[in-house]
Amino acid sequence: MTTEIAQHWRLKSQRYQLVGEVCPQCNGKIFPPRDVCPYCAEGPAQPPFQFSGRGQVYSHTTVHKPPEGYEEVAPYTVALIKLEEGPLITAQLTDVANDEVEIGMPVEMVTRKLRTQGEEGLIIYGYKFRPQLATA
Amino acid sequence: MRDVSIIGIGQTPVGEHWDKSLRHLAYDALAAAMRDANIERADALYVGNMLSGEVSGQAHLGALIADFAGLRGIEAVKVEAACASAAAAFRQAYIGVASGLQDIVIAVGVEKMTDDIGSKVTAGLASAADAEYEVIHGVSFVALNALIMQRYMYENKLKREDFAGFAINAHANGARNPNAMFQSEISREAFVRSSLIADPIALLDASGMADGAAAVVLCPTEQAREFSSNAIRIKGSAVATDSLSVHDRRDPLWLQAAEDSSQRAYRQAKVGPADLDFFELHDAFTIMAALSLEAAGFAERGKGTWLARDGEITLEGKIPICTQGGLKARGHPVGATGLYQIVEAVQQLRGEAGPNQIANARLGMTQNIGGSGATIITHIFEKVNQ
Repeated sequence: MTTEIAQHWRLKSQRYQLVGEVCPQCNGKIFPPRDVCPYCAEGPAQPPFQFSGRGQVYSHTTVHKPPEGYEEVAPYTVALIKLEEGPLITAQLTDVANDEVEIGMPVEMVTRKLRTQGEEGLIIYGYKFRPQLATA
Repeated sequence: MRDVSIIGIGQTPVGEHWDKSLRHLAYDALAAAMRDANIERADALYVGNMLSGEVSGQAHLGALIADFAGLRGIEAVKVEAACASAAAAFRQAYIGVASGLQDIVIAVGVEKMTDDIGSKVTAGLASAADAEYEVIHGVSFVALNALIMQRYMYENKLKREDFAGFAINAHANGARNPNAMFQSEISREAFVRSSLIADPIALLDASGMADGAAAVVLCPTEQAREFSSNAIRIKGSAVATDSLSVHDRRDPLWLQAAEDSSQRAYRQAKVGPADLDFFELHDAFTIMAALSLEAAGFAERGKGTWLARDGEITLEGKIPICTQGGLKARGHPVGATGLYQIVEAVQQLRGEAGPNQIANARLGMTQNIGGSGATIITHIFEKVNQ
């Protein structure tokens, strides 16, 4: 359905690029974007902010009984990631065995398939996080 | 503002009611509450429910249940706040009576969870969280609680076994509640061996999905004696909210909305945690029991499990919780749970709690949590000398 597509299309800069906002009043970095700053309650319309995509695992769990639509990838690990710039973000971990994940592990954002949805098989892509690769 | 009392209670057993639909369940509880209150009419009906649209394909429960219960014509609406829907409906009923706009008001919470398959109900429950930034990543409701519990154990250097006391206590009380979903005790060993759903949460950390309905009738305290010889006064009523998502919380390990609504309710009732004879808290998962005890002022941050370890949460302890089994053993029909808690509090204060009766219970508190902590509703009740 076209409305389903729009629901995800409008989030493209968040899902594909990790674009949040920065508050002009308190300089707080905001993700996901919201119209009123959660730190100082200033608003609306914050300027966009490009997150680095780097962070650390704050907490994690492996889902064995997934909700409808995620059966084919289970079991998978979801985590709360503490981004370098401050905010926590919820995402799946990838390119790592479920039992090798630890709190504090450095991770970085990658784009992956999140799920297939609806009768037409709409594929939804978005951010996941993998262990940070050693830089050359 | 008028003083408000509860003059009638009703509940169905919690469990898998294959022979009953949503409307029958609601009617059973509502009719029992009306009989208990000796009333035949009401001014308004507030229905607490979360999943009727997703699971039963049925919205518009206010009119449906009012009509089905023989109350056609009265004001009736559904109130939704995820797992806190029933306490939210009760709060609306309280506001209706306290404001003077309505005199006799019924609140009923009803949930029918067995009309769909598990993964669809799991997806429905997840809709309590942020669809765009949590649920899309495959986070189930259990997983959200697991993320909180994992971090809590890490920061406080705890093992999963340290939460055993919550499940053991809930089952010990549920074993003596004829309306409970699980009427059996569990051992510490069974808790430890329980299979993982989303680590560190295992089956025996989690409440059971079930069908059920519970209802109460409210009226102004000054009229209560006309209907009931054992009315229970509402001394505090407060709702607080926090961010919908766990990742947006200032502190993911602190239930700010529980602290806020508890403190408001304490101020209204002019009491503190030490004055309470029991606390019906929202133990959807063992971690939530610990966090609620901390945020409501019974334990310091990170020390909620100590109360379970030291036996302080049992019927004889300093602060009994889950006195009829809690969400863990009585069961968690999500949009009905908040009213089960209130019905059980009234049972304790009337002295009708059977084998789980707390001696001389005079003051009790209930706390119903929506989502992972986004809506938290606290009520304080008092037995009045007749």
